[in-house]
Amino acid sequence: MSLCVLNPGPLTTVQDLGREGCAAEGFRRCGAADDYAARLANLLIGNNPGDAVLETTLRGPEVQFVTGAVFALAGAEADAALDGRPVPFFTPAFAPAGSRLTIGTARAGLRSYLAVWGGIAVAPVRGSRATDLACHLGGFSGRALHPGDVLPLARTGQEAAAHWQELCRRHLDRPLGDRVVCQGPAPWRQLGTERLPLLRAVPGPQAAAFTPGARDLFVHSVYRLTPDCNRMACKLQGPALETVSGADILSDGIVEGSVQVSGNGQPIVMLADHQTTGGYAKIGTVISADLPELAQLRPGQAVTFDWIDPAGAVAAARRRAALLQQVKERLS
Amino acid sequence: MEAVQLFPEGDCGLLAVCGERIDDRVGDRVTALDVAIRAARLPGVVETVPAFASLLVRYDPLLTDYDTLAAAVEPLTARTRVHRRLGGRVVTIPVCYGGDYGPDLAFVAQHAGLTEGEVIRRHTAPRYRIYMLGFLPGFPYLGGLDPALFTPRLQNPRTAIPAGSVGIGGQQTGVYPVVSPGGWQLIGRTPLRLFAPDRPLPYAAGDRIRFVPITAARFAELAQKEGTV
Repeated sequence: MSLCVLNPGPLTTVQDLGREGCAAEGFRRCGAADDYAARLANLLIGNNPGDAVLETTLRGPEVQFVTGAVFALAGAEADAALDGRPVPFFTPAFAPAGSRLTIGTARAGLRSYLAVWGGIAVAPVRGSRATDLACHLGGFSGRALHPGDVLPLARTGQEAAAHWQELCRRHLDRPLGDRVVCQGPAPWRQLGTERLPLLRAVPGPQAAAFTPGARDLFVHSVYRLTPDCNRMACKLQGPALETVSGADILSDGIVEGSVQVSGNGQPIVMLADHQTTGGYAKIGTVISADLPELAQLRPGQAVTFDWIDPAGAVAAARRRAALLQQVKERLS
Repeated sequence: MEAVQLFPEGDCGLLAVCGERIDDRVGDRVTALDVAIRAARLPGVVETVPAFASLLVRYDPLLTDYDTLAAAVEPLTARTRVHRRLGGRVVTIPVCYGGDYGPDLAFVAQHAGLTEGEVIRRHTAPRYRIYMLGFLPGFPYLGGLDPALFTPRLQNPRTAIPAGSVGIGGQQTGVYPVVSPGGWQLIGRTPLRLFAPDRPLPYAAGDRIRFVPITAARFAELAQKEGTV
């Protein structure tokens, strides 16, 4: 009941939906950067949305299934092959014992997700299997995967084979056809001839610390992802956002999506591995429904922002959940 | 005292700002509100994160929304205006000062114009309030350091500070629960294992910490018991 990592690619980690309930003790949440894709990969094969999956970065790993397993891929699409035969994304598949799965370089986007039926069965830390790279805990030995790592799976090859037969009998072994459900909602803005990703943000707790001009500039400018982007945060570059009286504040609690602005006026959007508190003024918070889109952008790519009120943000989160519910109902 | 102000943090967070300073009164309000919100078991609330002068309330947008939560939190903030003094535990942390455990004790003493013994006396005198935990799991942000001991951070931060190290950084003092890079002046170390992934921390925001000086021999004895050697 395991799979062996032959080549992990640039950065592959075990992730789930993150560590909840211990942020007050200083634990980072972590979890899948694109939680939509992680949930989708899980739901496609009959997992719980929070089962542990593998998250890749730019290029996927090569793994060998030591025992037979049911799996699915979601997120950034890449050429994937099982023992040389192409494997489509967003489609449940069966890997016999000894077979090798290779996930190539993402054609677009940044992070792909490999879900295995039953989940990756590493030991949970504080209720979560998510890897915390900064604090070296959770996931597989608290670190990114290395060649030769053997990951435990929750289900035996026999159980997986029976589950696969059941999926086939119910014709659930087919690709998920609906592109909107595959990709998730991805709002955009037309700017001249360019179609740019649009991230909606609720004005932040320190929005008033910024000049009215800065609040306007934030939603009427193009920002680019700098090379300084990782699972902790995306540092952006664009027109500087001016504060009325300095960017430093008394540290307070931050969330995934918090847009901190440091002394140089450049925005930093927090991702899954962010610290629990921060000391820079926050102009806004990217809404949870749009964070997966950000998590799939590469350095150099452009983004735009728009304001949304909290009620609109909650409605967007619920619309997104409804898309995933469709996939869940497919299997129930 | 000004009223608690509520702000949205996206669609998953509500930030209750209880003041704009680091002081006991503001800290008490944060702790009181934290306790009240957790006791109220409001639907959809996932967790709370106290900071120096604010409390973040994280919620599930599928179960509640900002307006509903703000309406439920509002009356709880009014209650904290009564100066309900919350006990808070006093947690004792044994520290072996100086030597290999506190390589910067001499510098801190020199900077303060005090003897090393006087630095230790002044560092062990207060009951430091824990305003919040952050930066690392279990890293306490403490208030109450004797101003005579304020010392600038290192020019070149260390890449690996041993777990249990007690340091001074600017106007703050604290203890590193896990190995970490850092720029604080290290004055001692505790043999206690403060952080273990699957065990609750010995302290929480709102509690107080008291450092007690121990000898190197006692350090070795406790480290043996804790398995931190």
